[in-house]
Amino acid sequence: MSNNKPLGQALREQGVSRRGFLKFCATTASLMALPPSMVPAIAKALESARRPSVIWLSFQECTGCTESLTRSHAPTLEGLIFDNISLDYHHTLQAASGEAAEAAREAAMEENKGKYLLVVDGSIPLGNPGYSTIAGISNLEMLEEVAEHAAAIIAVGTCAAYGGLPHANPNPTGAVSVEEIIKDKPIVNVPGCPPIPVVITGVLAHFLTFGKLPELDHLGRPLSFYGNNIHDRCYRRPFYDKGLFANTFDDEGAKKGWCLYKLGCKGPVTYNACATIKWNDGTSFPIEAGHGCLGCSEPNFWDMGGFYNALSESTMDLSKSAAVGIAAGAAAGAASGLLNRRKKSQAAAAHETVTVKDLTREEPS
Amino acid sequence: MNSMDSSLKVEIGSYNSGNIPPLLHEIRHALRNLLDNGETTTIDLRGLPMAPGEQQQLLDILGKGEISVYLDALGKSEITESIYAGVWLIIHYNSNGEVMGKFIEITRMPAILKAQTADMKGSLAALQKMLEEL
Repeated sequence: MSNNKPLGQALREQGVSRRGFLKFCATTASLMALPPSMVPAIAKALESARRPSVIWLSFQECTGCTESLTRSHAPTLEGLIFDNISLDYHHTLQAASGEAAEAAREAAMEENKGKYLLVVDGSIPLGNPGYSTIAGISNLEMLEEVAEHAAAIIAVGTCAAYGGLPHANPNPTGAVSVEEIIKDKPIVNVPGCPPIPVVITGVLAHFLTFGKLPELDHLGRPLSFYGNNIHDRCYRRPFYDKGLFANTFDDEGAKKGWCLYKLGCKGPVTYNACATIKWNDGTSFPIEAGHGCLGCSEPNFWDMGGFYNALSESTMDLSKSAAVGIAAGAAAGAASGLLNRRKKSQAAAAHETVTVKDLTREEPS
Repeated sequence: MNSMDSSLKVEIGSYNSGNIPPLLHEIRHALRNLLDNGETTTIDLRGLPMAPGEQQQLLDILGKGEISVYLDALGKSEITESIYAGVWLIIHYNSNGEVMGKFIEITRMPAILKAQTADMKGSLAALQKMLEEL
């Protein structure tokens, strides 16, 4: 399965010209969000790069991250698999199943001990191990086994990076992220629900090119893609600066493409590359389609308050208020119970369930 | 088929978000730098925020100048000099016709157009072999 020739040699043998190789390097630099001035360095590194073995494990997930990658246009998944990496195990994509699939995983681990790249999507349940298993092996056990001899780990999607939706309150399975379990390996988080496909492939390309993981922010995300917040890179930012906002989804401001801050856009606190790289072959992204950013690449985005509450509105966490209130009520009796109910009521008002009415409400002027 | 070739046409709204003038200033500064210091600049259009229709507005402003070149290596590439000498638009496609990268290069000639030493060495060997077999 492994073609261990350096990439430059392999491309030359396929009849790819140096000019074609430079084009490949230019688009790879763009893919990795590196400045065009890096192209000569990328060309030099790629000339001698070898295909890394990749083992991809899917745990508590919806397969959206794999869907995102397989809909990636640049590069195509086929190109990624056959030209740039050796994808030795991915239970959604591989032809083998059952014992043969697990044998392929074990063989790849043995052949590439200490050198393979482990990609994980989905969170890991720490509750009953039976919540999520593959071939009868619990997610926790499989992660620990494969991570032991991995060179590095890429946690793809918000579930693998921060727990994601399974981790959302009340977290019935005890879902946690990869980095809460594996403490002794380099881990790069590529959050998003799902992540932008070229961000996934960009991180793989960076590893392929430089043989190491990219520079990360304080949440373990590659700075090249998560270094700016959506708001600062948003084409609607000039409207925010001028104080021009859409107040409902069908008012004059919405029609003129003004800032969606008042409609709950989480762009100011969300770090991702949607505003520049965009989606669907660079066609658009949620804000361009007229809807605010949900903040899906941030930890606990599902519990950050209503999607349609402006960031300046109160987003008191109902679960924490209620838990504190219940404890206080039990200890201190009726007076505290009254306080608890009041707090709970305030919290419920702040953390309202989204209804059709919310989608059409007018902001108080 | 490229999705942009679809017969379904969506009217793109006209936004005046003010993102184009700073980019044109950047191009002006780069052209000045090329003239004064001989330094080239490449701007990756994927890294810049653009409102719907703004990229097309930018390309319309830059226009098409005297030279258009098509490259066929790992998919097509279009290399076009704008009406402003030294300001080039480069679009790389993959073999499926999808856009892989879109750049504005401020240079006397885009580097990718020059014949590469490795390719010339290969061509020299091929020519020599062909002549020996004549």
